[in-house]
Amino acid sequence: MPPLTRSLQKKGVTKNVTYLSNTVEDRTEMLEAIGIASFDNLLEPIPENLRLKTLLNLPPALDESGLLRHLNKMAGRNVNLEACISFLGAGVYDHFRPAVVAALQGRGEFATSYTPYQPEMSQGMLQAIYEYQTLICTLTWMDLANASMYDAATGVAEAALMAIHILDRHDVVVTEAMHPHYRQVLKTYLDATGFNMVTVPLSGFASDTSSEFESLSTYINDRTACVLFQQPDFFGRVIDQKEYVEAAHRVGALAISCVDPISLGLLKPPGELDVDIVVGEGQSLGNPMGFGGPLLGFFACKKKFVRHFPGRIVGATVDESGNRGYTMTLRTREQDIRREKATSNICTNQALLALAATIYLCELGKAGMTQVSDLSLQKAHYAYRELTALEGVEAVFPQSPFFKEFALKLSKPVVEVNRELLKAGILGGLNLDTYYENNVNLANTTLFCVTETRTREDIDLLVSTLKKVLGNASV
Amino acid sequence: MKNSEFPLIFEKSRRGRKAANLPECDVPYTSPEELIGAEHLRSRLPLPEVSELDVVRHFTHLSQRNYAIDLGLYPLGSCTMKYNPKVNEKAASIPGFASLHPLQPEETAQGALALMYDLQKMLAEISGFDATTLQPSAGAHGELCAMMMVKAYHASRGEAHRNVVVIPDAAHGTNPASAARCGFKVKGVISNSKGCTDLDSLQKALAGGNIAAFMLTNPNTVGLFESEIEKICEMVHEAGGLVYCDGANMNAMLGLTRPGDMGFDVMHFNLHKTFSTPHGGGGPGCGAVSVKACLEPFLPVPTIEKVTAKIGEEESEATYRFIQNRPQSIGRIHSFYGAFLIAVRAYTYIRSLGAKGIRGVGENAVLNANYVRARLADHYEVAYGNRTCMHEVVLSAAKLKQLHGVRALDISKRLMDYGYHPPTNYFPLIVPEALMIEPTETESKQTLDEFIEVMIKISQEAVETPDLLTTAPHVTLVSRLDETAAVKNLDLRYEPLFENNNPI
Repeated sequence: MPPLTRSLQKKGVTKNVTYLSNTVEDRTEMLEAIGIASFDNLLEPIPENLRLKTLLNLPPALDESGLLRHLNKMAGRNVNLEACISFLGAGVYDHFRPAVVAALQGRGEFATSYTPYQPEMSQGMLQAIYEYQTLICTLTWMDLANASMYDAATGVAEAALMAIHILDRHDVVVTEAMHPHYRQVLKTYLDATGFNMVTVPLSGFASDTSSEFESLSTYINDRTACVLFQQPDFFGRVIDQKEYVEAAHRVGALAISCVDPISLGLLKPPGELDVDIVVGEGQSLGNPMGFGGPLLGFFACKKKFVRHFPGRIVGATVDESGNRGYTMTLRTREQDIRREKATSNICTNQALLALAATIYLCELGKAGMTQVSDLSLQKAHYAYRELTALEGVEAVFPQSPFFKEFALKLSKPVVEVNRELLKAGILGGLNLDTYYENNVNLANTTLFCVTETRTREDIDLLVSTLKKVLGNASV
Repeated sequence: MKNSEFPLIFEKSRRGRKAANLPECDVPYTSPEELIGAEHLRSRLPLPEVSELDVVRHFTHLSQRNYAIDLGLYPLGSCTMKYNPKVNEKAASIPGFASLHPLQPEETAQGALALMYDLQKMLAEISGFDATTLQPSAGAHGELCAMMMVKAYHASRGEAHRNVVVIPDAAHGTNPASAARCGFKVKGVISNSKGCTDLDSLQKALAGGNIAAFMLTNPNTVGLFESEIEKICEMVHEAGGLVYCDGANMNAMLGLTRPGDMGFDVMHFNLHKTFSTPHGGGGPGCGAVSVKACLEPFLPVPTIEKVTAKIGEEESEATYRFIQNRPQSIGRIHSFYGAFLIAVRAYTYIRSLGAKGIRGVGENAVLNANYVRARLADHYEVAYGNRTCMHEVVLSAAKLKQLHGVRALDISKRLMDYGYHPPTNYFPLIVPEALMIEPTETESKQTLDEFIEVMIKISQEAVETPDLLTTAPHVTLVSRLDETAAVKNLDLRYEPLFENNNPI
């Protein structure tokens, strides 16, 4: 008998057939069964001139070990947050992810399943989504929730369009203290349909924080479909949502709140404040930052809007023997049935990320969510006190209560300061100059975020480094 | 365990039980009342109180109550349920990708920008287009993004009056829904007796004027290649419209032919179909969009630019940066840059295949589908005649329904008794009692033979013991669910948590 290496080579087994399962013999038998002589016969429906005659111009294939070497090298060109001390927030947060989350979420039975169109074979994922809906309702204190938004930004846009369709009004009012990217996405969506976006300018820099609400009422009228605000807002400030809700309801508009779910471990839920629609970014509930994607937009609203709700929703029901079971429901709102008359074009849900959020919220539970929220609050306030005691550092909103983020004005350009911090292994705050270019109040300002994952030692290092950087004239 | 007896996590909760091991507060403590005011604080939060072992067992059990590719064949037409390589998952979990913040300085994320840039180039090469964006987070999001670009393109040429998008009756429901979301009017086109776009019907629709675009899936949703695609594109272009390719069926074309060469102006990919990223029970995905040069100015922001400089004779190592300032762009469509970790998986997949491997995917996807067609043609009616299909085959149970009262749904449910996930049913809408089978390239002949035998057996059962089918499934955790009751008695959350007297 010839050596194994030679017989394998002869059979072509060592050729690259990555992830394919048919053997050479299989292929021959299959062509026979189809009744054709060669594979090329199957390409006859494609006009001859459109068939590729050469291989595509792609980089060469890599074996698994070479591939990982290559990927690790690419990843090595990035500074990752496990290898530095980060104070970046602004929509994506470095909250701790307990090991159980990835271990359970990554199970192939969940990860490699499709949208649960066939409930009899998908009870696991359907029940998890039902539990997710319940957990989001618990956090927000709303009547119903789904797992269908791509991220908070598209959630904001979908909520605004929903309000427009419910009320048949064409103006959307949004505060400038909403995340700039969310407002940009909202604008893209509204521009495409010709609806108007009205922005209420930022205020509250002085001691009197009520001025923003006073100006709010001048922007709202009977053309307003909804008023959009963020809690805590982009600058980390805890706002008085009641003011926004009442202003919206006075003109018959809907109140839409974009919330940080971690803050809801402490903060009053929007459902107790008569908010109509709640959206938010669920990344921090157990999902990796991943350079900003994929993200998990959550969406919750009052029961009376159930038939206007965008995206997929799961309900409990019974089978033929009266067994409890779960299924996607209210399907007649959706695109595959209603086509151009659907409430939205969304056909995915973010199930796997919602599953991570479900596991996270169960692992943390009542005590854990409160604790994570409180720890973030405590550490952010410690950092704030220490930093504002430095010379060359000034609070931008000295009168406003805040949660885990706060804006500071520095005596030196933020870009230069951040460069120096990075040398000490610190990712500094977000440079706000690029987001509010024309606002003198926000020149040279930086937005710091402190989560429960930062230790006192981390914060002290930031303070001492910043002190050096700001005190050193040569920077 | 019967489903009724399987508890919700809320039903396992016991007051005072805890799981997560969180840090002590290592900074001076001030009460939240003092820091943000009692009026802003909540008084109840009825989240589950369970141990970590409870969590592990609960979700492990749930996973076992779910079907998945990792468990067996998943022949869902139009969904491309191929094997999701484990190395993709490993790649996406590398801290240098997973633990990046989207707003960290560009110079600290050069590897991430390089990966996105390279993936965009590879997708453009595979599809025959000029430029790509990875930002759309799903196929439908890609469609929406593309329709926004189409709208901006016409407006930039002073032709904002173009408000009609033409769509075949066989199209995915997302097509008309996405077009409508951009304010377009939707006009239908019928399919001809061969299951392809009817050119007379198209001509009529185009003659109505104000054409913004024609949206077409190719191969179409019957699994057939639109052989007259060049003529179709020519007709639409003559009417002043752009041609959009719904790339849901791109798997059929990999390495064999390219939409960009056919005359399409723009297309979306489903990286979660064609490029093997996991479907995750319905998401997250990535609906990358590729365009011809005429649409490039309208791509969403930010785009990525590669910069190289000459140092003497040598080129410097490339650097990458985001470009935000693009005056003609439709704007931003995602909080940051789209589903980066999905892009990492797709990149990993393409790099593991190379050009030969990519062609191998296309070939075996087409071979497998035609094998299933050939073997089942004597037992089921093949929609639009038993002709060569691409990556999927559509069967019709119309005759079985007429003769034996057995519907596509019954066949689907009976397949579950044999341990298979059913094919897509009742789509495309133009085929009565449709059963759409997409085996994908990663399945072997052996697996397909087993499935085919079961399908043949079911076709006999339909004649001999139709009751077995109409009452199926018999061995799953639940039998057919009462969908009417689900809508009538809406139960969308676990109510006891929200009752007034609930312990807080």
